[in-house]
Amino acid sequence: MYFLKRLFFALPLLLLISFLAFMLVHVAPGGPFDRERKPASPEIEHQLQAKYHLDEPAWKQYLRFLGDLSRGDLGPSLKYRNHSVNDIIAQALPVSLVLGALAFGLSVGIGVPIGYFSAVRRGRWQDYAGSFFAILMVCIPAFVLAPFLVMYLGIRWRMLPVALWGTPAHTVMPVIALGLFFSGRIARLMREGMLQVLRAEFITTARAKGLSEHTVLLRHAFRLAILPVVSYCGPLLADLLTGSFVIESLFQIPGLGTFLVNGSLNRDYTLVVGLVLLYAVLLIGLNLLVDFAYVVLDRRVKYA
Amino acid sequence: MIALRQNAPRQPRGAFSFHAFPALILVLLLLLIGCGRPQPAAEIVIANGGEPESLDPAIVTSYSDMRITKALFEGLLRLDGEQGRPVPGLASHWEISPDQTVYTFHLRSNLVWSTGEPITAEDVYFSWKRALDPATASDYAGQLFYIRNAEDFYTGKLKDFAEVGLRVLDRLTFRVELNSPLAFFLDLCCFPTLAVVPQKSIERAGDRWIGERPLPSSGPYSLVYWRLNDRVRLRKNPQYWDAAHTRTDVIDILPTGSPNVALNLYETGIADIVWDKDLIPTELLEVLKQRPDFHTFNYLGTYFYRFNVTRKPLDDPRLRRAFALSTDKDRIVRKLTQGGEKPAYQFVPNGVANYTPPQGLSFDPAQARELLAAAGFPGGRGFPTLNYTFFSAAGGAAKMQGKIAVELQQMWREHLGVTVELRQIERKVFYNTQSRLDYDLSASSWVGDYNDANTFLDLYLSNSGNNRTGWKNPAYDDLIRRANQQTDTARRAGLLREAEALLVETEAPVVPVFFYAGFNCFDPKKIGGLNQNLLDEHPLQDLFRRPAATNPDRTRED
Repeated sequence: MYFLKRLFFALPLLLLISFLAFMLVHVAPGGPFDRERKPASPEIEHQLQAKYHLDEPAWKQYLRFLGDLSRGDLGPSLKYRNHSVNDIIAQALPVSLVLGALAFGLSVGIGVPIGYFSAVRRGRWQDYAGSFFAILMVCIPAFVLAPFLVMYLGIRWRMLPVALWGTPAHTVMPVIALGLFFSGRIARLMREGMLQVLRAEFITTARAKGLSEHTVLLRHAFRLAILPVVSYCGPLLADLLTGSFVIESLFQIPGLGTFLVNGSLNRDYTLVVGLVLLYAVLLIGLNLLVDFAYVVLDRRVKYA
Repeated sequence: MIALRQNAPRQPRGAFSFHAFPALILVLLLLLIGCGRPQPAAEIVIANGGEPESLDPAIVTSYSDMRITKALFEGLLRLDGEQGRPVPGLASHWEISPDQTVYTFHLRSNLVWSTGEPITAEDVYFSWKRALDPATASDYAGQLFYIRNAEDFYTGKLKDFAEVGLRVLDRLTFRVELNSPLAFFLDLCCFPTLAVVPQKSIERAGDRWIGERPLPSSGPYSLVYWRLNDRVRLRKNPQYWDAAHTRTDVIDILPTGSPNVALNLYETGIADIVWDKDLIPTELLEVLKQRPDFHTFNYLGTYFYRFNVTRKPLDDPRLRRAFALSTDKDRIVRKLTQGGEKPAYQFVPNGVANYTPPQGLSFDPAQARELLAAAGFPGGRGFPTLNYTFFSAAGGAAKMQGKIAVELQQMWREHLGVTVELRQIERKVFYNTQSRLDYDLSASSWVGDYNDANTFLDLYLSNSGNNRTGWKNPAYDDLIRRANQQTDTARRAGLLREAEALLVETEAPVVPVFFYAGFNCFDPKKIGGLNQNLLDEHPLQDLFRRPAATNPDRTRED
């Protein structure tokens, strides 16, 4: 019931987001057809505007957009004029999904164990090594790591393709460059969470009852300690799944991130609004999933 | 909302384990392997500039997109790959009336679409009519306004298309009537806007006809697929009239946005050719220039700056000349651009067909100071602070704009004693600002559409949307108009030269800085059929890979 209510409220929220996105891109100075080269006559320029209804008042354009949206059509792209925004999403979203999910898997797969063991071996060399790794990863942004990988794995040693997309080999470097950064953050969250839970009274109780250390840590502590990581993962996953501009442009990957950034630079109104909406849907959906995961992980959590 | 029940934690029922993660990753990897069907490698792979805006020849505006559309859709004529001059395309020959206003084109008799249907004069008629149809919203519809009544039809003054100067005389004969003689009309016939496109597909699928498969093509290649931001694959069209001379079966075009990626792809053998001036990694130019596979050449483009002549004190041509005379263009190409650019003293680039440009204003700070003093600002005293507006970007060719701006600012301070503030704004805002004449001086560039001085000089006609200086000069308009109606090549060149002298020597609403250098990167031992010419014109059907004997081990990931 609670989740149904949340879903119900998501609709007006999406509407509001679409309105804000639509108005913001239109308010930005310059338009999609402001280019170095103007058509030979003002009439041609006017036709360009008229074809995409850019000569109408903004509220009318917005209503037109909503009308199309109700039919599941996000409209034509103003820059890529042979394509609709739906086409672009259909082609680029799967790429971003694969890249994002792999990077997410990598960051969680590395971050959680490292955080866990750092906390369990607190103050010993494993802790220092793990924390050092986490700090290092957080400090190296993707745009530094990626060229470094390309230089060695791609150009010097010719082990992996330097760019493009299509085979598993193409995913290795982008996934590492994208995922490692977040693995550092996850490791830190995990370590903090674990340390906090281990101080809790019920852990002492569990130990006092004579449960094995293994059971105490994995069955009791871990479930609660991972909650901060889970809350962080919702927005993170939404972020990763909708593409990363930096990684996509460094490896020339045909994902959504490049379209979102270039779309706003090109004042491709329809494309930007469509992608913002997609991002909002993912974000709302994943946050809902996170809340759901709380119920599963922490039985004290109940939604009224 | 979330409520924590504060009673004791219940025993968890099942242990949560993170064994699921490796499994998840494995599943995803398998999924990925399943998706990535290995595809046969193309014979030639080209890094070609940004993602195509379109492959519809009536819609494309950028030169990198046009390279692809020219391979798919041919016009009555096409440009050859040696010199970039017009040669017969779908039309085998043509007659021009003595007054040079009526062109009668004869189509080849063996023309068919890649899907097998014949191409006739009706297809040409349809294609040109479509480009002129306001509903198509073609940027370059203006290329057809030289045709009788075409502009009136476009603007709606004329309702009946039958009155536009286009006639289908018979199945293979097409006649065009122009408003007046036009020296470069055959060059225009090579331009993508005038290419022949498939009527049936367009009527079926509207604006999205390029998505039809199979897509009928009239050029030497047909489209296998176009994957956004990934690649465009072209395959030889065996039905093309000159298919015997198409030398490569499969060509991949990689939309490449970044010079660094382009160079990485080239260095690791994934791309065979890099050919866009925006893909020059300026940081590495010094090293690249020494290499035998790096080719630069004169290019049909000019970098310059505009004055807003509607603002005081720049409405005084003496001051504009003073700025021009104090601009050390040689220093800019030597110290900054370094890619083989030539300093520009005229607006029309060197080597344009049938034209000799005027002298232009050279670098002469002493004379500049005299002019400044004569205009009432001796030594720059009392001269207001003006702005120099430009856009810049983090990398690539646009990064250079900022460096040039700083250099120009320094030159004007040093030689004229005037202060010019630099105003850097975002690209779309910049073009909008420039069009609205909301600047004092602004950075600009122009690349010609065809090999004729007119594609540069008609910018500064009083009514041109690309004028963007506020400069209106009836004498200039008259010279250009008379030149374009002139049927004698030498007399025409003289009139154009007179007009350009007015533009760059007397009135100076613009100051040319340098002529662009073209840039092709390919190994001539591996790739053939790629010549450097002023238009950077490289028909795909001429390209070929040299036999493997000279090229023993090739590794390619595809």
